[in-house]
Amino acid sequence: MMTDKKPILRVKNITKSFGDVTILNSVSIELAKGDIKILIGPSGGGKSTFLQCINCLVMPDSGEIELDNERIQFTRKQDIYRLRQEVGMIFQDFNLFDHLTALGNITVPLRKVKKMSKKEAEQRARLELEQVGLSDKESLYPAQLSGGQKQRVAIARALAMDPKILLLDEPTSALDPTLIGEVINVIKGLAVKGMTMIMATHQISLIHNLADEILFMEDGRIVEQGPPDALLAAGNKSKSQGFCDLLNELSEVEG
Amino acid sequence: MQNALSVVVDSLPYLLQGSFLTAGIVVFAMFLGLFIGIFMSVGLVYGNRYIRNILTVYVWIFRGVPVVVLLFLFYFGLFSFLGLNFSAFATVSIVLGMTTGAYQANIFKGAILSLPQGQFKAASALGMSDIQAIKSIVLPQILRLSIPAWSNEYSIILKDSALAFVIGAPEIMARTQFVASRTYQHLSLYITAGIIYFLLTWAGVIGLRKLEQYVRIPGYSQHGNQ
Ligand SMILES: Nc1ncnc2c1ncn2[C@@H]1O[C@H](COP(=O)(O)OP(=O)(O)OP(=O)(O)O)[C@@H](O)[C@H]1O
Ligand SMILES: [Mg+2]
Repeated sequence: MMTDKKPILRVKNITKSFGDVTILNSVSIELAKGDIKILIGPSGGGKSTFLQCINCLVMPDSGEIELDNERIQFTRKQDIYRLRQEVGMIFQDFNLFDHLTALGNITVPLRKVKKMSKKEAEQRARLELEQVGLSDKESLYPAQLSGGQKQRVAIARALAMDPKILLLDEPTSALDPTLIGEVINVIKGLAVKGMTMIMATHQISLIHNLADEILFMEDGRIVEQGPPDALLAAGNKSKSQGFCDLLNELSEVEG
Repeated sequence: MQNALSVVVDSLPYLLQGSFLTAGIVVFAMFLGLFIGIFMSVGLVYGNRYIRNILTVYVWIFRGVPVVVLLFLFYFGLFSFLGLNFSAFATVSIVLGMTTGAYQANIFKGAILSLPQGQFKAASALGMSDIQAIKSIVLPQILRLSIPAWSNEYSIILKDSALAFVIGAPEIMARTQFVASRTYQHLSLYITAGIIYFLLTWAGVIGLRKLEQYVRIPGYSQHGNQ
C-alpha cells in the first residue's frame, strides 16, 4: 500500500505500563509523507497514551521511534526536543496558555524554540491565524474565545512550528456540536494541503473522508487496521464497522 | 494632654524617619522572599526527591522557629561565627526575607499545582524545554495568582519588622520606644506608631490590589480556571 513511499516516521513496538497495568502492548505505526491515519476504539484503549508516546510526552518503557530514518534516543534531551519540534500535537482540551493572547500563544514558542525575533514571530503568527480564519481575534485571550476558536488557535500554534507530522487527540470532542464544523473544516484543509497526520477521533465525517488507514485500538493493542473502504464496507463484520455503526447511531440521536 | 500632643508633633519627623527604615526592611525582605520562594516552589514541585526533602526541611525550620529567636541566632550567633559583619538592618532584612521565602514557596507551590496540567504539556509538545516552560508559561501565571496571598505576607512581614528593635535597628518601633522612655508619653506615642504601621499596611495592600487588577488576564475571572 505504501511501498512507493518511504516512511518519515517509524514507531515500533511501543510498550508502556503505569504501575503493573500494561496500557500499551507493543504498538507500531508507520507514516509516509501525506498519510492520514485515524485511531478509533473504546475509551481507555490507549489512544491518548499512544499519541503522547509518539512525541515522548509520555516516555515509552520500550520500543523505537525513528524520524527521517534517525533513531530517537529516549535518554537524550536534544533528540526529544528535536522530535517534538517536528511532531506537533493538538489536544482535546486545547491547552492554550491562559495568560497570553491568541497572538502571544503562537509567538512565545516561536521566539523561545525557533529563536525568532519578535517581529518575525508576529508575522508568522498572523499568517497562521489568517489560515484558520481568526485574523480579527489576535488580541483576545483564551477566556474570551469560544471552544472552536480556541482549538483553531491551538492548531495555528502547532502549525507555526512547521511540523512534519501532526498528532491530533480527539480535536473535536470537547466542543459544542455547533462548533465542531469550523474545526473539522480546518482539519480537512490541512489534509488537502498534504499534512501528515495521526488522529484519534470519533467524528464519523473525519473518519470517512480523511482516513487513509483506520487503526482500531483496544486494550493497548492495534487489533484491526486497514483502509476505510475495506474495513467499513457494507456487510463487513469488522470491529471498526461495528464501532462506526455505533457512532453513527449516536450522532443520529444527537442530531 | 497638651504635652502628649506636642511630644507626638515634635517627635513625628523622628518617628517617620524610622518608617523609611521599616519600609526598607520590608521591601528588601519581600523581594528576597520572592526570589527564594520562586526557586523553592519550582524545586518543591519539579525537583527530585532529594531536592524536595532539603527544601521541605528549610520550610519547617523557618515556620517552626520564632522570628525573635532567628534574629538573635543570626545577629549574635551565626554571622559572627561566619566572620560576617552585618548591620542590624541587614540582619533583619535577611531573616525576614528567609522567613517569608519559606511561606512564599508554599504559596507559589500551591499556585503551580492549581494550574491546568495541560499547559505545561502543550509547551513541551511545542519543543520548549522544562525551564522555558516554567519561565514563560508557569511563572507569569502563578505570580498573578499569588498576589492576594502575597499581600497577606506583606502585612505579616511589615508587622514582624517591628521585632527589629530587639537587635537595635532604628526603625519605627525602636524610635517610639526611645522617645517614650524619655517623655513617658507611652499612650500617645504607641498610638502614633500603630497608626504609622496601619497606614503602611494599608498603602501596601491597596497598591498590590491595584497591581492585581492591572495584570489581570482579560475574561479569565468570569470564565473561571478552565
Ligand atoms: N498517567 C497515568 N497513570 C495511570 N494510568 C493512566 C495514566 N494515563 C492513562 N492511564 C490509563 O491508561 C488507559 C488508557 O488511557 P488513554 O487515555 O490512553 O485511553 P484512550 O484510548 O485515549 O481513551 P479515551 O477514548 O477515553 O480518550 C486508561 O485505563 C487510563 O486510566
Ligand atoms: Mg484519549
